[in-house]
Amino acid sequence: MKISNVLKLFASTLILSLSSSVIADTLSDTQARGHVRCGVSQGLPGFSNPDENGNWTGIDVDVCRAVAAAIFGKGGDEKVEYFPTSAKERFTKLTAGEYDILSRNTTWTLSRDAKIGLTFNGVNFYDGQGFMVRKDLGVTSALELDGASVCVNTGTTTELNLADYFRANGMSYEPVVFEKADEVVAAYDAGRCDVHTTDKSGLAAQRTKTAQPDAHMVLPETISKEPLGPVTREGDEPWSDIVFWVLQALITADELGISGSDVKNIVGDTSQTPEVKRILGVEGETGAHLGLPKDWAYWAIFEVGNYGEMYERHVGMNTPLELARDGSPNAGWKNGGLLYAPPIR
Amino acid sequence: MAQQPTVTLPPGRDNLKKPPVVSIGFLGWIRTNLFSTWYNTLFTLLGVYILYLVFPPLFQWAILDAVWSGEDRTVCEWYDEDKVKYRAGACWLMVKVYFNFFTYGFYPDELQWRINLAFIILAISFSLMFIPNFKKKHYVGIFLFVFYPFIAFFLLSGNESLGLEYVSTHKWGGLFLTFLLGSIGIVFALPLGIILALGRRSKLPVVRLLSVIFIEFWRGIPLITVLFFAAVMFPLFVPQGVEIDNLLRCIVGLTLFGGAYMAEVVRGGLQALPKGQYEAAQAVGLGYWKMMALIIMPQALRIVIPGIVNTFIGLFKDTTLVFIISLMDLLLTVFTTNSNPDWMGFPFEGYIYAALVYFIICFSLSRYSLRVENKLMVAKQG
Repeated sequence: MKISNVLKLFASTLILSLSSSVIADTLSDTQARGHVRCGVSQGLPGFSNPDENGNWTGIDVDVCRAVAAAIFGKGGDEKVEYFPTSAKERFTKLTAGEYDILSRNTTWTLSRDAKIGLTFNGVNFYDGQGFMVRKDLGVTSALELDGASVCVNTGTTTELNLADYFRANGMSYEPVVFEKADEVVAAYDAGRCDVHTTDKSGLAAQRTKTAQPDAHMVLPETISKEPLGPVTREGDEPWSDIVFWVLQALITADELGISGSDVKNIVGDTSQTPEVKRILGVEGETGAHLGLPKDWAYWAIFEVGNYGEMYERHVGMNTPLELARDGSPNAGWKNGGLLYAPPIR
Repeated sequence: MAQQPTVTLPPGRDNLKKPPVVSIGFLGWIRTNLFSTWYNTLFTLLGVYILYLVFPPLFQWAILDAVWSGEDRTVCEWYDEDKVKYRAGACWLMVKVYFNFFTYGFYPDELQWRINLAFIILAISFSLMFIPNFKKKHYVGIFLFVFYPFIAFFLLSGNESLGLEYVSTHKWGGLFLTFLLGSIGIVFALPLGIILALGRRSKLPVVRLLSVIFIEFWRGIPLITVLFFAAVMFPLFVPQGVEIDNLLRCIVGLTLFGGAYMAEVVRGGLQALPKGQYEAAQAVGLGYWKMMALIIMPQALRIVIPGIVNTFIGLFKDTTLVFIISLMDLLLTVFTTNSNPDWMGFPFEGYIYAALVYFIICFSLSRYSLRVENKLMVAKQG
C-alpha cells in the first residue's frame, strides 16, 4: 500500500495543477448527454446501496435523482448514471471528470474544500461519531466509559476521534482494532469489547446485525462533527449552484410541508403563500437564474419528495436503521435541528 | 496403474488360501492407509473428531435449517415479543433474490439476453472444439479469435446503428464482469507472454533489453497498484476531453500484468528444450519465425502447460482485486448485499455462493488443462 500512498500524493499534486485549467460547462454537457453522472459509495446502508434488483437507493442517491429531475423535468429522476467509488478514489475521479456530483457520505472539511479543489454544496445528513453499548452494562453516558474496551476500525478518523475524546476527558480505554466494519461488529457482538464506536448512522445499521438488536443502545454523546453533503468540482460555479439549490429546495419543501405526493395539487392552488409559489416556479425567475426550467424545484419534489420524506424512506424510524429525526441535528431549524435552507427567491 | 506381473504357479499350488480379509479390499485399504502405526491411528481419530465437530453443524446450518424460498428476510430472521432475534439456518433465499444481480450486475434486465446470447455463442463454439472427429476445428478457432471478439463487443456494449441500445461499461457487473475480465486477460496474456519470452531470449540487444525492462517492471509492482494507476492516475495524464473507458484501462492493466508473468513461464519452456532442437531446425533451413512456430513453440508450450494454467487461474482469481477501483465484479456485488437495509446481515451466504462459483470455474480450468496435457503426452508418445 505504500506505493499507492505515494501515488495518491502524486495524484493530488497533479489535480492541483490540472484543476485550475479545467474550463467546463457541466450543465450543458449534462443536458447534451441526457443524464447526470453521480458518484456513490460501494454500499452504505440507507445512504447509497444497490437493492436486490440492482437499483441504487438511499438518501445520497436521492440528491442525484433530485438534481436530475430538476434538469430534465418529468421522469428525470431516472436519468442518472451511478458510479460506485471507493473512499480512496472518490475525489480523484470527480476531479478527473468521471462523474459530476459526488454524493457519497463525504464529510465537509476545510482541507477537502480548500486544498483538493472541491466545492461542498450544503449538507444532506449531519452525522457524528457515537458509541454503542449493551444495555445491561448499565451505562447511560459516554463519560462513564473509563477503562472500557472499545472495538474500532483501524486507520480511520474514527480511531483518532476516539483517542482524542478519551484523552480530553481524562479517561483510559483499551482499543480492540479490526480492519473491516463487519469484523468490528462481529467482535462486539461476541463480547470481545464493551463498546463499539463509529458514525451514528453506521451504528444504527450495525445494531441490526447483532444477535439481539434490542439489547444494545447508542449513547447520546456525539464526539465528532460529520456534516455529509454532495460535492462538485471547483471552478464550475453554475453547476455547483444547481446542486446546492436543489438540495435547499428539498429542505425548504420539508419546512413548508410540501410533499411529493401533493405537490401536484399545491402548484395549482392559487391561495398558496408567495413563498410556496416562488419555490414551485409559479412566480419568480429562480429557474432562469440557475439556467434551469421554471419548474425545476417542482419536478425535484415531485419525483423525489421533500427532505423529510427522503429521510424517512431511507434511514427513518420505519426502516431497519431506525434513526429518529426529531431531536437529531437533521430536524428542521424550527424543530431544534440544524437544517436551515437560505431563502429561494 | 502398473500392471500386475503374471506369475504361473506350479501345479497343485493354484488353489492357495486367499489372503485374510483385513489385508485386501476396503478394510485392507483402511488398515494400511489409516491405522498402520500408532501415530497414524492417532491422526486418523483426530481427523474424524474434527470432521465430527465441523460437519454435522455445517450440514444442519447449510441444508437442514436453511431457507430456500419465501418473500423477504422475515422468513430467515424474525423477532419474538421480547424483540429477541431468531434465525433459521442459511438464508439461501438471499442468494436467490440477488441471483440476477450477482450474475449481471447493473445490466438492464430487458437487455440481459444479449449477455446470454454472447455466452451461448461462446459455449457452442467451445464445445465444437471438443468433438473428437470434427474436422473443421480451425474454422471455429478463427471464428473465436478473429470474429467473436467483435460480435461480443457489439452485443455487450450495444451499437445504435445495429439497433442495439448502448449499455455503458460501468453498468457491467457481477459474474458476467468477472468472467469477462478473466477471459480477456487470459486470452491476451498468452500471446503477449510468448512475444515477451521470445524478446527476452532474442539476440538483438535492444529487443532483449526492452523485454527485460517490461517484464521486470510489471512483475515488480503489485496488481493493486497497476489497477489503481489505470483507474485513478491515468485520466490525469491524458489531455482533457480524451476519455478512455475505465473498464478498458483496467483490462489493459490486467493483461499487461498477466503477460509479464506468462512470459517467464514460457521462457522456462524455451530454456528446457535441448539446444539440438534449435540446431536441427536451423539445419533444415528454417528461418527464425518458422523455427519458432513449427518446432520450438509447440514443444516449449507443451512442457509448460501446468505453469500456463497456473498463471491463468491466478489471473482469474486476481480479478477480484478490481473491487479496489469499484468495478462491480462478483465479489463486490456480493459485498454490497450487506449494505442493503432490507437484506443486510447475511454476508456468509453470499460469500459461500461466490466461493462455490470461483471453485467451479478454477477447478474446471485445472481439469481441462490436465486433459490437454494427457492428450498432448499421448500425441508425443504416439
